[in-house]
Amino acid sequence: MNVPIMAMAAAVGAAYMAWVFRQMQRPFWWGLGLGALTGTLGSLLFMTPLDFCTFEPERKPMDNALGVLLVLAGVAIVSYPTGWLARYFLARGEDRKALRGEQVKGAFNAPFFVPLLLLAPTLVILALFLYYPALDLFRLSTLLARLGTPRTAFRCVDNFSRLLDPNFTIVTLGLLIAALVILAVMWFLRRRGDVFRNDVYRTLSSVLPIVLLFLLLSATLDLFEANYRSVVFSTFYIAGWTVSLGLVIGLAVAYLAFQPVKGASIYRTLLIWPYAVSPAIAGIIFFVMFDPVGGIINHVLGQLGLGQPQWLKDPWLARWTIIIASVWKTLGYNILFYIAGLQNIANDLLEAAAIDGANAWQRFYHVVLPGLSPITFFLVITNITYAFFELFGTVDFLTRGGPAGSTSIMIYEIYTRGIIEFDIGRAAAQSIILFIMVIGVTIFQFRTSGRSVSYGA
Amino acid sequence: MSLIPSRWYIHLLLWLACFIIGLPLIYAIIVATQTNAEVLSFNFSFGTALERNWDAVMNVRKLGNYMLNSTAQALIVTIGKTVLSLLAGLAFVYFRFPGKWLVFGFVLVTLMMPTEILIIALFRFVSSLGWGDNFLAITVPFLASATGAFLFRQHFANLPAELSEAAQLDGANPLQFLFRVLIPISWNTIGALAVIQFVYVWNMYLWPLLIIRDERIQVVQVGLGALRNVDASLTYGPLMLAAVVASVPPVIVFILLQRQFLSGFAITRDK
Repeated sequence: MNVPIMAMAAAVGAAYMAWVFRQMQRPFWWGLGLGALTGTLGSLLFMTPLDFCTFEPERKPMDNALGVLLVLAGVAIVSYPTGWLARYFLARGEDRKALRGEQVKGAFNAPFFVPLLLLAPTLVILALFLYYPALDLFRLSTLLARLGTPRTAFRCVDNFSRLLDPNFTIVTLGLLIAALVILAVMWFLRRRGDVFRNDVYRTLSSVLPIVLLFLLLSATLDLFEANYRSVVFSTFYIAGWTVSLGLVIGLAVAYLAFQPVKGASIYRTLLIWPYAVSPAIAGIIFFVMFDPVGGIINHVLGQLGLGQPQWLKDPWLARWTIIIASVWKTLGYNILFYIAGLQNIANDLLEAAAIDGANAWQRFYHVVLPGLSPITFFLVITNITYAFFELFGTVDFLTRGGPAGSTSIMIYEIYTRGIIEFDIGRAAAQSIILFIMVIGVTIFQFRTSGRSVSYGA
Repeated sequence: MSLIPSRWYIHLLLWLACFIIGLPLIYAIIVATQTNAEVLSFNFSFGTALERNWDAVMNVRKLGNYMLNSTAQALIVTIGKTVLSLLAGLAFVYFRFPGKWLVFGFVLVTLMMPTEILIIALFRFVSSLGWGDNFLAITVPFLASATGAFLFRQHFANLPAELSEAAQLDGANPLQFLFRVLIPISWNTIGALAVIQFVYVWNMYLWPLLIIRDERIQVVQVGLGALRNVDASLTYGPLMLAAVVASVPPVIVFILLQRQFLSGFAITRDK
C-alpha cells in the first residue's frame, strides 16, 4: 500500500468524473465520490501485481516516473469506461436509445443461452489464445525468466527501465518550435478573419499534421536508450518509406490501370498478384537478386559501370533492400484498392470539373485525391501493420536483422531476445511497448475513421 | 470514365509496370531452371537443371510434404473460421440477449491484439498445453477472429429483416435459418473471408517457425529455409524453384477470388 500515490489517483479520478457529471448536468459531488472510487481502484490495477515496487526508496527516478505513468494508465482504464457507463445511465429517454444503437429487427425468440452457445467457440478461442497470453505478457514483463526454465524472479519494472533513457534531441526541439510557430501564425491569420481564402493559412493547415506526426515520432525515439532507439528507428524508417513509396507508386499505377483500355482486367491481374506471395518468399527472391556474387542487380550495375554496392553489408543499403522488397510485396494490394477507390469516385463530379475547365492535373488534385482519402487512410493503416509485423519473414530471409542490427525491426528484436536468447522477460517488455503503439494506432483509427468515411462515395 | 482517351502510351506504361512488377518472378523462374554455374555466368535463358533442381526440392528436401501440411493447415483454419464466424454473426444479428454489448466489446478489443505481439506468451501457453510439435498448435489458435465475426455481422445486418421473419413463420429454428436461408445467399461474403484467410494462413511464418520443430508437420514457409543450402554452399536454383512452387496456391486462389477479396475488406472497413 502506498497512501500518497493512491490519494493522487483518487484525486485524478474524482476530477474526471466530476467533469462528466457536470456535463450531464448532475450534481458534481456525486461524480467526485464515484471518481475517487474508480481512481483508487485504477491505481490498484497495475500496482497490486507490482506491489507498489516502483515507489520503494531504493528505486531510481526513472522507476518512480514509470510507476506514476502506470498508476495514471490504470486510472484511465478504470475511469473512462465508468464515465461512459455513467453517461449512458444519466442520459434520459431518447438519448439513451441513441447511445444503445440500433434495435434488432426479426430477432429469434430464444432463451438467452442460445446466442451464447453460438458464440461460445469464438469466445473460448479468443479468451484462451488472445486474452490469456495478453495478460500473461504483462506478468512475464516483470520477471527475470528464461525460456525452458521454470524458475523466475520478480524484477519490478527493470525490463522496461533498461530500455528507456529519455533524452530530447535537437530534432525534436526544432520540430516543436516549428509546430508552435505554425500554430501561432495560424492563430494570427484566423484573428484577421477570412482564412478560407488565404493560401498561406491553407498551406499551413495542411503542413501542421505532418509536422506534428514527425514531432510525435521523434519524441518517441528520444524516449529509448541508444540500442533500442536504433531498433525503433529502423522500424519507423522502414515502415515510413514502405507506406509512403507504396502508396504513391500504387496510386500512380492504379491511375494507369483504371483507364478504360483493352485488356484492362488482364493488366490488373498482372499488377496485383505479388500480394499473395508470402513475405518470406519475397525475402528469398530479393536475397538472390541482391546477392553480391550471383545476384542480377549487381551484375547489371556492373555492366553499366555503376559499381558493386554491398547491399546486405551496409546498414543503410540493407534497410533500403528491405524497403524495396516490402514495397514490391505491398504494391499489388495498394493498386487493387486504389482501382476500386477510383471506380467509386462519381463520374459526373469529374465531368463537371472538366466542363468548368479544370485540366487533368487539377481534376486529379481537387477531385480524385480528396475522393480517395478514406481508402488512403485504410491503406496507411494496413501498410503500417504489414511493415510492423508481417515484414518479419522478409527480414529473416533477407538480412536476419543485420548488419549490426540495422534491419532488426521491433518484432524481429522480440524474436531474437525471447526465442534465440531465451530472455523472455525482456522480450515481453518489448512486446508491451509494441502493444502500446498498436493500441495508439487503433484508437487513432477509430477516432478518425468515422470522419473520413463520411464524405466517401 | 471517358475523360482521358486511351492512347498507345497508356498501354506502353502499363506493359512497363507489369514487367517491372513481374521482374522478380521472371528472374526467379529463370534461376529455378539453372545450375549454380549457369546462374553465375548470368545467362538469362532457361538453364539445363530444372529436373535436377526439382529432384533436390521434392525428393531431397521434401517440399511436397511441407506443401501438404500447409494445405491441410490452410483448409482447416479457413473452413473452421468460416463456420465459427457464421455462428457468431448469426448470434450478433438475430438474437437479443443481456450483455450483448459487453460480448461485442470483448470481440472488438481483440482487433488490437495481433498474434505477433503475443508470441512470447502464446508460445509458453501452447507449449504448456503440450501442443508443441502438434498440428493443433498451428490451427486451433486461429479458428476465431474479430474480422470474421464482424464480416458476417455486417453482412447479415444489411439483409432485409423479412427474411428471418418469414423463416420464423415457417417454423425454422436458427440453425435451419442459417443453413437454408443465410448461407445460400452469402457465398460472396464466405468467399471473401475464405480468400483472406487462405492467403494469410498459407503465408504464416513466424508462429510455425517458433512452435513446430518436427520436420514432418512443418509448413512450407518455414520449410523453405532448409533449401538455402542443398549442397555445401548456397544453391540458387533449388531455392528459387521452391519459392516459385510454394507461391502457386495462394496466388491462384487470390487471382480467382480477387473480387470477393476486395468486397470482404470493403465491408469490414466501414463498420
